[in-house]
Amino acid sequence: MKYAYYPGCSLHSTAKEFDMSTKAAFRGLGIGLEEVQDWVCCGASSAHMTSEILSHVLPAKTLAGVDRDAKGVVVPCIACYSRFRITNAALQEDPELRAQVKSAVGVTYEGKIPVVHPLDVVVNDYGLDAVREKVSKELTGLRVASYYGCLLTRPPEINSFDDDPENPTSMDDLATALGAEVVDWPYKTECCGASLSFTRTDIALRLSHDILTMAADEDADCIAVACPMCQSNLDLRQRAINRKYGTSFDIPIVYFTQLIGLALGIAPRELGLHLHSVNPKNLLKKKALA
Amino acid sequence: MGLSVPACEIRPAFTDEVEQVFGQRVSECYQCGKCSAGCPVCVDMDFPPHQILRGLQLGMEDVVLNSRSIWLCASCETCSTRCPQEVDLARLMDVLRQMALAKGIKAPERDIPLFHSIFLSSLRRFGRIFELELMGMRNMRSGHFFKDVLLAPGIFLKGKLGLLPPRTRGRRGLRRAFAKIRDMERKTP
Repeated sequence: MKYAYYPGCSLHSTAKEFDMSTKAAFRGLGIGLEEVQDWVCCGASSAHMTSEILSHVLPAKTLAGVDRDAKGVVVPCIACYSRFRITNAALQEDPELRAQVKSAVGVTYEGKIPVVHPLDVVVNDYGLDAVREKVSKELTGLRVASYYGCLLTRPPEINSFDDDPENPTSMDDLATALGAEVVDWPYKTECCGASLSFTRTDIALRLSHDILTMAADEDADCIAVACPMCQSNLDLRQRAINRKYGTSFDIPIVYFTQLIGLALGIAPRELGLHLHSVNPKNLLKKKALA
Repeated sequence: MGLSVPACEIRPAFTDEVEQVFGQRVSECYQCGKCSAGCPVCVDMDFPPHQILRGLQLGMEDVVLNSRSIWLCASCETCSTRCPQEVDLARLMDVLRQMALAKGIKAPERDIPLFHSIFLSSLRRFGRIFELELMGMRNMRSGHFFKDVLLAPGIFLKGKLGLLPPRTRGRRGLRRAFAKIRDMERKTP
């Protein structure tokens, strides 16, 4: 099994550990990833909020360069993933848009390269039975709150890989397969306010505070995420949330790929678990995972 | 004799203008309010999402395009997922933001379009986002000079913040693409 790989800007900087752990986990599972050459930023919120054409030109430029022999392109960042899928759908439908893209950036792209999320690849393509066979260190006693955020399942006709947009379970199923205990909680798909994180930080803090509160109420040891923006709002801003709301949250926010890695017996450092703001060291020690 | 009003007379031009770009009919909305009920930023908005739609149905261009709501929408797609009439509100908000920008309307949430323009300028020049510069420029140009500075040392020490801009191959082509798109959008506002 071999896929092309698009890390996107976040995974090359603030979400370095998502990049490290995706590569390590996939290597451990035996799924090949090869980084797309000369990729450009997907444009994220800023492109689609301000220019329709630009929001398709940027993904099309990168996707046109993806190796056609690969099974598709794995895109861990949910914002990139969502923008790529939206562009694929739009370009498949609209020949006029294809022509506009071509005239703007000189690439012919029909919207046909499959864009997949690593969670989808692991759960649906690789399969949980195969994952179970590879587990060497079960995550016994670790209470995980799976947090899907907005765009992994929404809008369902574009993004959801058959999971339920209101109550997705793929990350829960994965965590269970890894031996963890999953928390039943109602904030799986609430928004963390990522697109306002740099501009109306007050709103992002409030929304992230609500998510942390709900996870803490259910005694979650950690929150598993699949998006660098959710991760940074909940992790990097956790101290600011505590200051603003007088709370004392100390909840590690881990990528699901880090959980896979741990269960495969990969060293926490190789998974970038030392790079979070809320250090999971004590938790890992307590659960005999480090 | 019955009263007859030709449809065109009660149909505001602005409604047509929006529908043409949006590709869906705003009259599909029957004001159930489900979008507003699920919206995470509804409480921060001046008009909840269903009222923005009502404003569109009534052609209230000034109210809609000058609202905070269109800028505060976080694009979380909850409304679009739940709308019983399948109105893609999240995309509609994009259309309205783009329209407000094209008409030169000053957003009441000034920092939001400012951030987008700084982000896209970084992207245009480097092909990828140069986060250090992005943060610096945001603070300088928004006047919030010390915003998030407490976060910077931690990220920096973890080796997450590059000091040099990314050198993406083909970024010159990208710059040309940005210029072309601007021309294309001027021709078809």
